[in-house]
Amino acid sequence: MAAYLIRRLWQMIPTLFGVVLLVFFLFKAFGGDPAEILGGLSASPEQIQAIRTQLGLNEPWWVQLGIFLKQIVSFDWGRSWATNESVANLFATRLPATLTVMVPILLLDTLLAIPIALLVAYLRGSLTDRSIMVATTVALSISFLVYVIVGQYVFAFQLGWFPVQGWTDSLATNLLVYTPLPVLLAVMVGVAPQTRLYRTFFLDEIGQDYVRTARAKGLTEPRILLTHVMRNAMIPILTNVAVSLPGIFVGSFLIEVFFSIPGLGREVLLAVNRSDYPVIQAVTIYLAVITMVVNLATDVLYKLVDPRVVLK
Amino acid sequence: MAVAGAANRSEGVWAAAWRRFRGDRVGMVSMVIVAGFAVLMAAAGLGLVAADWQVEKGVPNAPPTFMGPAKQEASTAIPVPTGPNVDISAVDPLAPRYAEWAELAKKYQTTEAARAPTLPFGGDRLGRDVLSKAIKGAQISVFVGVLAALVATLIGTVLGALAGFFGGRLGDFLEWLYNVFTSIPGILLIFAFAAVAGRGVQSVVLILGLTGWTGIYRLVRAEFLKHSVREYVRAAEAVGASAASRIFRHILPNVSHVILVQLSILVVGFIKAEVILSYLGLGVSVDQVSWGTMLAEAQSELILGHWWQLAAATLFMAVFVTAFSLMTDALRDALDPKLRGAE
Repeated sequence: MAAYLIRRLWQMIPTLFGVVLLVFFLFKAFGGDPAEILGGLSASPEQIQAIRTQLGLNEPWWVQLGIFLKQIVSFDWGRSWATNESVANLFATRLPATLTVMVPILLLDTLLAIPIALLVAYLRGSLTDRSIMVATTVALSISFLVYVIVGQYVFAFQLGWFPVQGWTDSLATNLLVYTPLPVLLAVMVGVAPQTRLYRTFFLDEIGQDYVRTARAKGLTEPRILLTHVMRNAMIPILTNVAVSLPGIFVGSFLIEVFFSIPGLGREVLLAVNRSDYPVIQAVTIYLAVITMVVNLATDVLYKLVDPRVVLK
Repeated sequence: MAVAGAANRSEGVWAAAWRRFRGDRVGMVSMVIVAGFAVLMAAAGLGLVAADWQVEKGVPNAPPTFMGPAKQEASTAIPVPTGPNVDISAVDPLAPRYAEWAELAKKYQTTEAARAPTLPFGGDRLGRDVLSKAIKGAQISVFVGVLAALVATLIGTVLGALAGFFGGRLGDFLEWLYNVFTSIPGILLIFAFAAVAGRGVQSVVLILGLTGWTGIYRLVRAEFLKHSVREYVRAAEAVGASAASRIFRHILPNVSHVILVQLSILVVGFIKAEVILSYLGLGVSVDQVSWGTMLAEAQSELILGHWWQLAAATLFMAVFVTAFSLMTDALRDALDPKLRGAE
């Protein structure tokens, strides 16, 4: 196990280096000139020159790459170009809000989709199954945007069940007052694709020989489904949850924009609109690291869920 | 003898797929709807319909015809002053030039176009016809989705074919590239590309195409790994077929059904992505209309009770995307019968 972990961590280095290269050259080759973005429209040529010298932009590219790498390993990203807030502080203050919204969404999505999918898979081919499948197809074809616009209008503006938007410093108030509507909308939209996907996982398992054997032995249907099928279908489900896990750190930026939640997703979007390169670069690289670590953790989890899996 | 031989020839993979597809009623209906949209978009592209989407035909926020004209709201503005005008030309510094400006103004003629109180599908904030906007928007949204999907498919197929066929150093390099692209969450990758690319249709196509190729790469690579050691490819090699010939003439037609299905899945995904990007202001430029820009406008209109633009954009998008998804499902079932009914 230890050897496996070490090897996997070792293999991350070239990938991570690739991410750094990609981000570096993307902004270097195609992005605007940082000095001109920082200097603004009224900057004199001398001021632009001074900024270039300060940022090391007159150095050859490999020296600049060196500076970039040093920033990454020392976790020192400097300050946002737009607000002069340090990037580290930005992470620390925006991430809690994102997690407050995203963790309930992920939990509810998964916990609701599994039983629905199991039921639909069990009733395969029946009217319930087909109507749920048609309903999800149509539901999926409408943009998430429409659900959020209409949901906010109907539930918050017209019916007044929830506040239209808002945020406080208190976690309890946020959870009880401000997050229910965004979470509800996101879950309503998120459950449909998850259900479709999990249904295929369950269908794959229900067709297997061991299910027939279990039926032949006279086991009850709930026991077959909940113990035998469920355990085997957990692997692809787990993979799917793990794939979506890194996403919770940027959150659903659309929801954050809509409900004015001061999270990381909204911050990244603001940074994109303001050409605030340090923020975008830092978020991209750290999320890539998080993604790789989560992937490794998932592979280890497989071992716990399914003893037959050999980590090699 | 020759005639009997021709009659016994088994049908090709495409003919068989078409036969299966024709038997799928849902698939056929969806295809007709998609074809209808294609005709509509071609007409919009050629300027036959919806060319006048920017013309302000109706009154601002004109309701749909079936609802009747909007009620005149009683205006409680400041009352119009009464009494004689005060002559201030003694202190007005602009007074000497009024006559000159009146002369100049005569050169320009403004015709006050009659504005319709209602429009068939309603009007937007400026009184533009929502139906024309939805048709023109369909053209841009679907064009972006299809073109971006083609770019992504091209990149994914070529890289996947090279990685699967040659392997070795090249394969390792491409695997590394794949790992790099997939280790960044998709939406962040799109944002990072959007930060450096400008706005506009070309940018959206490039952003989505350059970030969306990984799924196809994976599948095509697996197919090429499998096919490159099969007998027919070895036989082609034995008779002297070059590597390029084996990749593109021998293997590619045999995996093209996988690519076609993936392409249509990407189209749906990219149309949705374009809508969201345009809404966030990272998509098409302001002088163009897409379903995303319509939804962005619809948000503030809805609060005032003007729901028709939202309804039109949603309806067009829902019909097209549903039909396209169902067509994709039927296509996959027809091309790969093993998967029938799996999803």
